Amino acid sequence: MSSLQTPPLSAGQGAPESSAVRLVRILLPVIVLAAGVAIWGLVVRVNEIPPYVLPGPGAVFETLVNDWPVLSQSLMVTLLTTLEGFVAAAFGGVALALLFNQSKWLEYSLFPYAVILQVTPVIAIAPLLLIYLPQQTAVIVCAWIVGFFPVLSNTTLGLNSVDRNLAGLFRLYGASRMQTLRYLKLPSALPFILGGLRIAGGLSLIGAVVAEIAAGSAGAGSGLAYRIAESGYRLNIARMFAALLLLSAAGIVIYVLLALTSHLVLRRWHESALGKEN
Amino acid sequence: MAEPAALSEVDTRTAGLAVSLRGVSKVYDSSVMALGPLDLDVRKGEFVSLLGPSGCGKSTALRLIAGLIAPTSGSVGISKPAGQARPGHSIGFVFQEPTLMPWASVRENVRLPLKLAQAPATEASARIAEALTQVGLTEFADAFPRELSGGMKMRVSLARALVTDPDILLMDEPFAALDEITRFRLNNDLLSLWRNLRKTIIFVTHSVFESVYLSQRVIVMTSRPGRISAEFRIDTTEPRGEDFRTSADYAGYCRKVSNALAPSYPGKPG
Repeated sequence: MSSLQTPPLSAGQGAPESSAVRLVRILLPVIVLAAGVAIWGLVVRVNEIPPYVLPGPGAVFETLVNDWPVLSQSLMVTLLTTLEGFVAAAFGGVALALLFNQSKWLEYSLFPYAVILQVTPVIAIAPLLLIYLPQQTAVIVCAWIVGFFPVLSNTTLGLNSVDRNLAGLFRLYGASRMQTLRYLKLPSALPFILGGLRIAGGLSLIGAVVAEIAAGSAGAGSGLAYRIAESGYRLNIARMFAALLLLSAAGIVIYVLLALTSHLVLRRWHESALGKEN
Repeated sequence: MAEPAALSEVDTRTAGLAVSLRGVSKVYDSSVMALGPLDLDVRKGEFVSLLGPSGCGKSTALRLIAGLIAPTSGSVGISKPAGQARPGHSIGFVFQEPTLMPWASVRENVRLPLKLAQAPATEASARIAEALTQVGLTEFADAFPRELSGGMKMRVSLARALVTDPDILLMDEPFAALDEITRFRLNNDLLSLWRNLRKTIIFVTHSVFESVYLSQRVIVMTSRPGRISAEFRIDTTEPRGEDFRTSADYAGYCRKVSNALAPSYPGKPG
């Protein structure tokens, strides 16, 4: 059984998306954006709308540049909060899912409360948290509350989606609980966990913003959402737009980073990262 | 039928048996009798095929022998490996699907049984290399399962079963999903492996031709509940090869086995 003619490892030869189509897919949204901004500017100029009602795109951009010291500092505060909430959500969600997976009793006891925490709007929880917790902690807890559930439920799904024959194989070879978890369940669940994290990233930002806004009038914080609330009171509409722009950008960057991480981790084996050629 | 079955390891050693089933039955939750009662002896180094229609309990029998499920009644005896010096397991199992971990390379997939047995790394590497050579996949050690063809995946699965150097190899319709050309080649490779390594092989299949070609003994099973209905000894000049596949002997055996299987074809009274 040594002289085997084995076919070469072909990397699939399905035609990749033609470069023309790819170009169009990038170009079209850019054109839409440019058109939108142009129309916005035109409407503001033609109707002579005052900047305290609706600033033109130029004014927003100017504010973004001029207020950069203040805005960038706020951006860092919000990003740090989001990151802390995200990390807590990631670890909390995965850890809780692992506990649930090891003990059905624990799952039955606690899972309903995880759901309740998820379905209760965080904006309604935030003011209460602010009463009992220091503001910075309350903000992080908010980010955690909205972020952990997708991680928990996705990880649980992943841990339960283990190939049955593989599980049998592990039993046949006398794998311990820890070995099964480490070599079988966690790797199987990894694509699911990464999917949960991708959702949690965006949600953590939302949680942080919601809590900042709820805390806004209390005033010690200086995150981007706080800037938006504060600028609203001062009728500094341009700065509101500028801060909003930064929040959107932060959300996009978070999503792209997590999607990229997921792709890099899974690219050698998982269907989702293999493209369409196979 | 409620008495728990003990795994007896005594009686098998004296008689040169690798596997010995005594009055084994299996009832699933739905109280459907899936198997038995079944008596089956397999000698050490023997190649036995369990042949039958789907649902005749042949896979159940295999899982019982592997210890993956417990019998409802009766006893399953497995011979203890002689030295027990090597870490690992005395039974290797090849599933119908390749059942590989998609996130791990071929080498890591083959390493799994040794890793679970916590075998020393140097010994493990040597044995992985040996197993990969046996199935002719040395060059593909670093490939991932998705990069391999169906036949090659099955070879990886076989290498994984061989890596612990088990005494008994249990194979559950391993080649059923492969095309005929690949299956013929794997049949030949399996026969030469069996000749060289002298393992006990219990091979579950629903193909008359495959069972006659491969095994020394074909055991025909009927369904509901799974029982042994006939048994054939395939005597021919060893080693078998493509000559045997086209010989009149082979055709004769196939006819006989086929006739024994006929009562379980749908539409005929059984």
